[in-house]
Amino acid sequence: MAEITSLRHAVASLVHDGDVVAMEGFTHLIPFAAAHEVIRQGRRDLTLVRMTPDLIYDQLIGMGCAKALVFSWGGNPGVGSLHRFRDAVENGWPTPLQLEEHSHAGMANRYVAGAAGLPFAVMRGYTGTDLPENTANIASIVCPFTGETLTAVPALQPDVTIVHAQRADRRGNVQMWGITGVQKEAVLAASRSLVTVEEIVDELAPVPGQVILPSWAVTAVAEVPSGAHPSYAHGYSERDNDFYVRWDAVSRDRETFLAWMEQHVLESANVGRQT
Amino acid sequence: MSDDWSADEMMTVAAARQLRDKTACFVGIGLPSTAANLARATHAPDLVLIYESGCLGAKPQRLPLSIGDGILAENADAVVSVAEVFNYWLQPGRIDIGFLGAAQLDRFANINTTVIGGTYASPKVRLPGAGGAPEIAASCREVIIVVRQNLRTFVDRLDFVTSVGFGSGPGDRARLGLRGDGPKAVITDIGILEPDPRTCELTLTHLHPGATAEQARAATGWPLAVADDLRTTRPPTAEELTLLRQLEASKTSSQAGAGVA
Repeated sequence: MAEITSLRHAVASLVHDGDVVAMEGFTHLIPFAAAHEVIRQGRRDLTLVRMTPDLIYDQLIGMGCAKALVFSWGGNPGVGSLHRFRDAVENGWPTPLQLEEHSHAGMANRYVAGAAGLPFAVMRGYTGTDLPENTANIASIVCPFTGETLTAVPALQPDVTIVHAQRADRRGNVQMWGITGVQKEAVLAASRSLVTVEEIVDELAPVPGQVILPSWAVTAVAEVPSGAHPSYAHGYSERDNDFYVRWDAVSRDRETFLAWMEQHVLESANVGRQT
Repeated sequence: MSDDWSADEMMTVAAARQLRDKTACFVGIGLPSTAANLARATHAPDLVLIYESGCLGAKPQRLPLSIGDGILAENADAVVSVAEVFNYWLQPGRIDIGFLGAAQLDRFANINTTVIGGTYASPKVRLPGAGGAPEIAASCREVIIVVRQNLRTFVDRLDFVTSVGFGSGPGDRARLGLRGDGPKAVITDIGILEPDPRTCELTLTHLHPGATAEQARAATGWPLAVADDLRTTRPPTAEELTLLRQLEASKTSSQAGAGVA
């Protein structure tokens, strides 16, 4: 059964230096508040896994929490570059960042294999691209039934997956809806999981298109209203598109970035909303 | 002759016209999304918009600002997981048209969105990477590429192959086991390029009103093939321009300040 606890306690007990950590949420429900708590607690040498690193990993990378990144698209959606990610790759600042790069289809399938307890996933993909040459974790496999050559990618099995959801009940059953991305697969693939939620309620009223993570499949639940800001929680908040635009200027310069993080994350309590 | 539209508007209108009604289109954010929604507002009301965030049959009332904008989920036919979009819908070839952009493009319509300059491990410029593009390029029945034409983008040799067009020429897609037909057209701010049926090489087939073949050649990093029967793109109609500008305005008025760089 999931333990209902504080964000601070959950991060302290579930996320350790050197862990493989996946924080998922496809534009929607990105667990920013939990990432900020990871930064505040000074975690180091993390291997960060995420399809779309987004601002959340730009912040973790810029604050020196990561040694490696496993990803498929690293940009500021609709705005441009992730400057801290680029600075780490292009200049090794604040520390060099080892990359393991995939396509979205490859990453999604890696989570599916992880959730299914299989060592790898099979798919049609990557063929003819330069990705297999640069990413060790992409291989060819021959179908034992048809002889067709397909692509294999290994399962992702994070030490801990962190996601944000709309609601949980008091027993720790989690409910999310709207665009739910790869969160279910990412949680089921991980050894441990933390779900931050907008609110904890007595009853989970059914919602069309909902995804339920049963309490017994989740390690910890923490109530963090606005914990996805500047991303959004369908039914609770709108995406703060202005923030994504402003981040471009904040993150372009190392000193401006560090000052912003100091003021808005390091000195902040573990609340979700930073402006 | 009326000349009161921008090159980007002509590009978007030309891209929208490539989309046929009652087909399914895999849409990326930015210009492809604008073009697909313009098509839906004009000649293709039953165009099925598919976004990689899991929204099948999205019907946004304004332009979405991100691939996972809540408006895409609100009245979609279905919202599914990302794994399902790629595995059940894209991979088996259920999607008619894929709409892609590019940071670099070569004469066989191969695309780079990964790194520029230096080496892969130590690039001069680190770009966002693949996203959904490699499998969209492989598995959609047809692919349309929308990209501004200039020497930085239209290069003789890609620094990295992120998504495959025609590889190194005729027969390559079949050899690689790519099941879609590959790029059908490249829409730029200067004109339209289409693959030569024999050589697969991109050939300039249309110029937008006011553009010249000389201009297209000067913006291309390889000796550009030009069709014998080079045609002029039909200018945007008043309706197309009005609807396009309404769409663009819906984006800025709904969330002021969220620009696309």
